[in-house]
Amino acid sequence: MAVPAPHPASAEPTAGFGFILKKAVISALVALVLFFLMIGIRTEAGSSGQLIYWTRFGELAAIVGAVFVGSIVIELLRRWIGPVGGVELPASVRGGFAVLGRLLAPALLIFALLVPVIFYKERYLLDLAILVMTYVMLGWGLNIVVGLAGLLDLGYVAFYAVGAYSYALLAQSGLPLPHLTDAFPYVAFSMEQLGPWAFWVLLPVSGLLAALWGVILGFPVLRLRGDYLAIVTLAFGEIIRLVILNWQDLTGGPNGISGIPRPTVFGIPLTPGEHGFAAMIGVPFSPTHRLVFLFYLILALALITNWVTIRLRRLPIGRAWEAMREDEVACRALGINITTTKLSAFAIGAMFGGFAGAFFATRQGFISPESFSFQESALVLAIVVLGGMGSQLGVALAAIAMIGGFELFRGLDQFRMLVFGGVMVLLMIWRPRGLIGHRAPTVFLQKRTEISASLVKEGHG
Amino acid sequence: MDYFFQQLINGLVLGSIYGLIAIGYTMVYGIVGMINFAHGDIFMIGGFIALITFLILVSIGLTFIPVILLLVLLVAMAVTALYGWTVERIAYRPLRQSFRLAPMLSAIGMSFVLSNFAQVSQGARVKPVPPIITGGYTLHDSGNFAVQLSNVQIVVVVTTVVLLAAFTYIVSRTRFGRDMRACEQDQTMAALLGVDVDRTISMTFVIGAALAAVAGMMYLLYYGLVDFFMGFIAGIKAFTAAVLGGIGSLPGAMLGGLAIGLIETFWSAYFSVEYKDVAAFSILIIVLIFMPTGLLGRPEVEKV
Repeated sequence: MAVPAPHPASAEPTAGFGFILKKAVISALVALVLFFLMIGIRTEAGSSGQLIYWTRFGELAAIVGAVFVGSIVIELLRRWIGPVGGVELPASVRGGFAVLGRLLAPALLIFALLVPVIFYKERYLLDLAILVMTYVMLGWGLNIVVGLAGLLDLGYVAFYAVGAYSYALLAQSGLPLPHLTDAFPYVAFSMEQLGPWAFWVLLPVSGLLAALWGVILGFPVLRLRGDYLAIVTLAFGEIIRLVILNWQDLTGGPNGISGIPRPTVFGIPLTPGEHGFAAMIGVPFSPTHRLVFLFYLILALALITNWVTIRLRRLPIGRAWEAMREDEVACRALGINITTTKLSAFAIGAMFGGFAGAFFATRQGFISPESFSFQESALVLAIVVLGGMGSQLGVALAAIAMIGGFELFRGLDQFRMLVFGGVMVLLMIWRPRGLIGHRAPTVFLQKRTEISASLVKEGHG
Repeated sequence: MDYFFQQLINGLVLGSIYGLIAIGYTMVYGIVGMINFAHGDIFMIGGFIALITFLILVSIGLTFIPVILLLVLLVAMAVTALYGWTVERIAYRPLRQSFRLAPMLSAIGMSFVLSNFAQVSQGARVKPVPPIITGGYTLHDSGNFAVQLSNVQIVVVVTTVVLLAAFTYIVSRTRFGRDMRACEQDQTMAALLGVDVDRTISMTFVIGAALAAVAGMMYLLYYGLVDFFMGFIAGIKAFTAAVLGGIGSLPGAMLGGLAIGLIETFWSAYFSVEYKDVAAFSILIIVLIFMPTGLLGRPEVEKV
């Protein structure tokens, strides 16, 4: 673990062009072997079910050539720039960055508030902004579990799914348990009685149900640590997805649920009719109103998540989370109840996931198990880690970068996930501790200062 | 009873495939302490390489099946091993000194890269192959149900056993195996005693990938198809197997693989096919509640 690897540049300081060439030739040869079968030969099932194949040696040659040239360029750049991280910025520049850093969060907030005003005409951008804010909220929610409590959760999407399905099922059919309603007619009320208030009543219900599932997951994994915890949360996420996929009577299986009620502005529907929101405030109806409303709704939900997190960090429970992340054994020795600490972290993280899920369901109007795959969990976790685990601003920036970047690659079509995965690897190599390299500790002695992120532990759970 | 024995055979065959993949997870975990999320996709690449090699060999006129299978096995192992080496070199080695989550996310990214590389280069549709090994034996026929043992199943189990024997020999008797076990215990000390840690770790990935390639080829022979998405599910289940057996323990990985294979098969046979994965994952969770380090794992020592 602790073996210092010799830096490639310092190991061969005087190696000349021959060395670079040799390295490039080796890279090209490796690429040739790797890609000869996978790219050079293309297989496809023919019309009669028989496999046929044809060769693509042109593409193969192009890619091997690209690897050869790329290897030379990278090696030259490495010589030219020198070892990574060796650049020391002058104090004045660093001071400027610090000021900018302090201004960044308020500036982002003001910008977020103004997004619907600036992009009112651009439906696509508004939609994208809503998507980004959903991931910011999910990132902040997961940040409570991973960043603060140090519990590695690979199945966060399960709570997102629980929230979405809770809202969708309850809003559509009330209590979807026919036997129960036969036995207890007084509980058999339909959600239609709630009318336009359905979303506002069911939003907290969805969050609470997700929190309940957080406790259900948290309970068996109390004793697990590290990667055992990771795999159990992953298994849990898959179980939830598989149950949703296969319990066709309740969830509609792979077909999903459609016709989920849209949100209302506190009871006033966003419809063109005379009781609609537009008629109420006396402006002509426009479908963009709903987008603007949805954007402010998710912005508010995300900011609530952020505010609750910041407040919780100052409460005993939040401090217990961070203490547990730093050293669980010391925590127990000091009399902190690890059970409640872990369960509350899971529950609160899950609750915000549930809120986000309910919002997702009402925004889309349609949900299916496809939206809740492991890739979503990985994406949210990548946002949290890239944001620098525990840094609220970092998570927001990472969400904007990842989701926005993913949208930028939309033109690449089928290569999109390929590029996305590659970028994820490169970002991790470039900034293993995330975009924001500094943390403001919750507790300090005399003076509030920022510390390097590498001083913050990542927890054993 | 006959039905039970049939399911037992099927479960053991499936379990062998999971076990072969699980060894790759557990070896890498033992030596670098990270979950190699890309390993399932290495298995998928192994299946593709085997398929393409098979197609080429058949089209150049080879007809003797054992020779074809042997060549396919060798090519798949060699090329997939190079994939394993490259993935380690590009995505994991720069992060070896880093904190725990960074290599894991890098691995998840690499897994996306590999599966989408297969999708882009070979297309998204399922690739079927006609049965390559046919025939089999009827072990017992009670009139209404016959216990069948197909030749494919024999090939899968025999290959697994032979490879496991070779692998156990490598780990316990050779210079490389000793280096590997030394790096697992203490990398600094191993380096001081003249073990090339980088090379040992690279070799671990190479061997893990080669075993995954064999699993991919066996999967191709047994189910007769490959697709770019099969690595994810198989990878998760094999990792579940590794954890169930006690991650870091090599016999545990094989045991966990067999356990997952049997659970899945029996659950599909007696209860419902749809919930077989739910059953496997639930048993994982239940086992871990009572044995937090798996079946054969060493209990974690808490240092204060």
